[in-house]
Amino acid sequence: MSKFEIVAREDFSDVTYLLKVRHPLMARAARPGQFVIVMATEHGERIPLTIADFDAYEGTITLVIQAVGKSTREMQQSCRVGTSLHALVGPMGIPSPIPKVKKVLCVGGGLGVAPTFPQARAFQQSGAYVIGVVGFRSRDLVFWDDKYRSVCDDFILCTDDGSAGLKGHVGIGIKAALERHPDIEECVAIGPPIMMKAAAEATRAARIRTMVSLNPLMVDGTGMCGGCRVRVGGEVKFACVDGPDFDGHRVDFDDLMQRLARFKDEEKVALDRWVETCRMFDREEVLRPSRATDPELF
Amino acid sequence: MAKKKTIRTIPQQRTPMREQDPQVRAGNFDEVACGYRLEDALLEAERCLMCPEQPCIAGCPVNINIPGFIAKILDKDYRGAYDTITATNLLPAVCGRVCPQESQCEGVCNVGDSLEPVAIGRLERFVGDVAIEQKWTNVPYIEPSRHRVGIVGSGPAGMACAADMAKAGCDVTVYEAFHQPGGVLRYGIPDFRLPNTVIDAEIRNLEKLGVKFECNTLVGRLFSIEQMKDELGFDAVFIGTGAGYPAMLDIPGDSLNGVLSANELLTRCNLMRAREFPSFDTPLPHGKRVAVVGAGNTAMDATRVSLRLGADKVYCVYRRSRTECPARAEEVHHAEQEGVEFHWLTNPVEILDDGKGGVRAMRCVTMQLGEPDDSGRRRPVPVEGSEHELEVDLVVFAIGTNANPIMGQTSTLKLNKRGYIATDDDLATSIPGVYAGGDIVTGAATVIQAMGAGRKAARSMKAYLGIRDANAPYATERGVVERWFGIDPRERNHVRIRIA
Repeated sequence: MSKFEIVAREDFSDVTYLLKVRHPLMARAARPGQFVIVMATEHGERIPLTIADFDAYEGTITLVIQAVGKSTREMQQSCRVGTSLHALVGPMGIPSPIPKVKKVLCVGGGLGVAPTFPQARAFQQSGAYVIGVVGFRSRDLVFWDDKYRSVCDDFILCTDDGSAGLKGHVGIGIKAALERHPDIEECVAIGPPIMMKAAAEATRAARIRTMVSLNPLMVDGTGMCGGCRVRVGGEVKFACVDGPDFDGHRVDFDDLMQRLARFKDEEKVALDRWVETCRMFDREEVLRPSRATDPELF
Repeated sequence: MAKKKTIRTIPQQRTPMREQDPQVRAGNFDEVACGYRLEDALLEAERCLMCPEQPCIAGCPVNINIPGFIAKILDKDYRGAYDTITATNLLPAVCGRVCPQESQCEGVCNVGDSLEPVAIGRLERFVGDVAIEQKWTNVPYIEPSRHRVGIVGSGPAGMACAADMAKAGCDVTVYEAFHQPGGVLRYGIPDFRLPNTVIDAEIRNLEKLGVKFECNTLVGRLFSIEQMKDELGFDAVFIGTGAGYPAMLDIPGDSLNGVLSANELLTRCNLMRAREFPSFDTPLPHGKRVAVVGAGNTAMDATRVSLRLGADKVYCVYRRSRTECPARAEEVHHAEQEGVEFHWLTNPVEILDDGKGGVRAMRCVTMQLGEPDDSGRRRPVPVEGSEHELEVDLVVFAIGTNANPIMGQTSTLKLNKRGYIATDDDLATSIPGVYAGGDIVTGAATVIQAMGAGRKAARSMKAYLGIRDANAPYATERGVVERWFGIDPRERNHVRIRIA
């Protein structure tokens, strides 16, 4: 049993996968809203990943990852059950505030569904009425909808192309929820920055406090480098130690989105190089796990 | 009978140390200063007058027996010189490279009154390098005690405290949030000033003493300081987490894509090996024209790293003048040799967008020095109408740091009004058994001061745990024993019999 061993893996689709990592101390200490910094290999980069679930009894934490760039695609290929991560540190960030409210709206967009799950569960455990709104691009990318339904009292599923649930992006779901429940006191919205911006706009008129979880680029995650700085209410805050949750109505999302793109060129170089390496080693079929190569995943 | 040394009989010039040629070294990350060879070290050691006042010992923050180790070098007893230094300073190869000797030991050297001072730092580095090469370690027989000590942070303060507590026999565990130990020595000081091999050698020495290093552990979040004492079974804890929370200039344009703190640049380059992108995955922001704001040691590191990463022009922008510049003199000198352009008395006021979210230029004003402020340094005031633009595409802030907030957020430790951990004179915090030292207490300072604080805290921790040091005179209830001519006045009638 080595350190940071991966004990379970689930592939939800071609791009989204789940890893369960053994870390008993972290499983005990983790709270909803916190994240970890992961280095998959010795030459890898440090990336932040939100803790999607934690089980103190099993001693594991769960990470749900979307394979978008070189690091996450490399992890998708090599992080099998029994392998280990090179570095895993956490739980970082201030735990999400779970205030005592009667009715709360939890909004998850795409991969954001995973980090909102522990918060929705915590609200349910605190006795609140939980309304869950989740949005995906299409039916094939849907994951955890049953798990989510189990912690919600009202559940709305949206897909961009209408293949399941309401047709439209998550904003449509939020509008439906606001119409059905005019007495929502608190809102949590996690997803791509543009989705969180739209969610904050949708709740601004109704004056509902909306907590968003920001995902800037990070290096150390301990407040030491300032790479994750964001603008909230005109002030500069570091998402790794002052966040990652902030008041969505005061966050400057345009600044966040601009700073998220600052290594676009390098990311493309890395990804092209990775694809080329895979092609050179004739491993194209492992870019997407299939029944032939990884029967245990299906 | 050797003739007594006088200021006229010693070699009058300081022995020069070979350095890489500035044009060559601005393109590689190898060490700039190549170190003394044996004959250089012997020649320089001859220059020590062995004067009776020994101001150098007092000038050193940890009081190394400098004339002692220099005498051993002259006797060609290099192992003895290493033992003398490591009796007080555990990392001679590190300190010989990074200490600001010109304001410490060399600044008060008596030879320095009329000639150039003895090159104490270079001699210390020579001894440290010989020790690493010969793989010497000083692992005396240590009587194990039953105490467990936890150290938070594997930087210089934590390492010094760990070594002392391990030598006293405690079971020491050092926790580090990064995936590699070393703290600021690893992520902050670049390879050409302090090679990673030196840090690895020193850590191996500590592991031989029995110290355990646990990386990937963020104390405060994974478990709190209180949990360390209550649940994890530690009897005493030392906090040496450093002061890294970079200060950013609040000027328009500071969130553009080409603006970052020196800490981020150095961490990406030194710790994450981003200069070898794409073999290593962490990217680096590329700038052909770089402006570094600030003139401390971190700023010097940032300018010289930028040169080596391929910048055409590197500016160092500082709002005061060269005399007030806080960096180590040798670093400023090396930076100038390598081609860094210094803009003294210049302050940035705005960073201009290039239309694509990057940096086009930085608008600055010229400053002039006015009346002294609270710290005693003359306050800079802008000169009217002196705005000018510096064409740059990368701006690096190296203007200082504030306290890291994690300790304050996750424990009941009392903080002072600037956010640093409040300690008393013995470096004890508000929680009994928990001590703190280094940058997290004093604010950003030097490596040797952090090590001095680590050792001071170790003395307090040993007193708290009840560990007695058999060789040191211990304080009585009435206070520290005052010695006259080396004799304790209450024992002046006693005859000491040494049992061999």
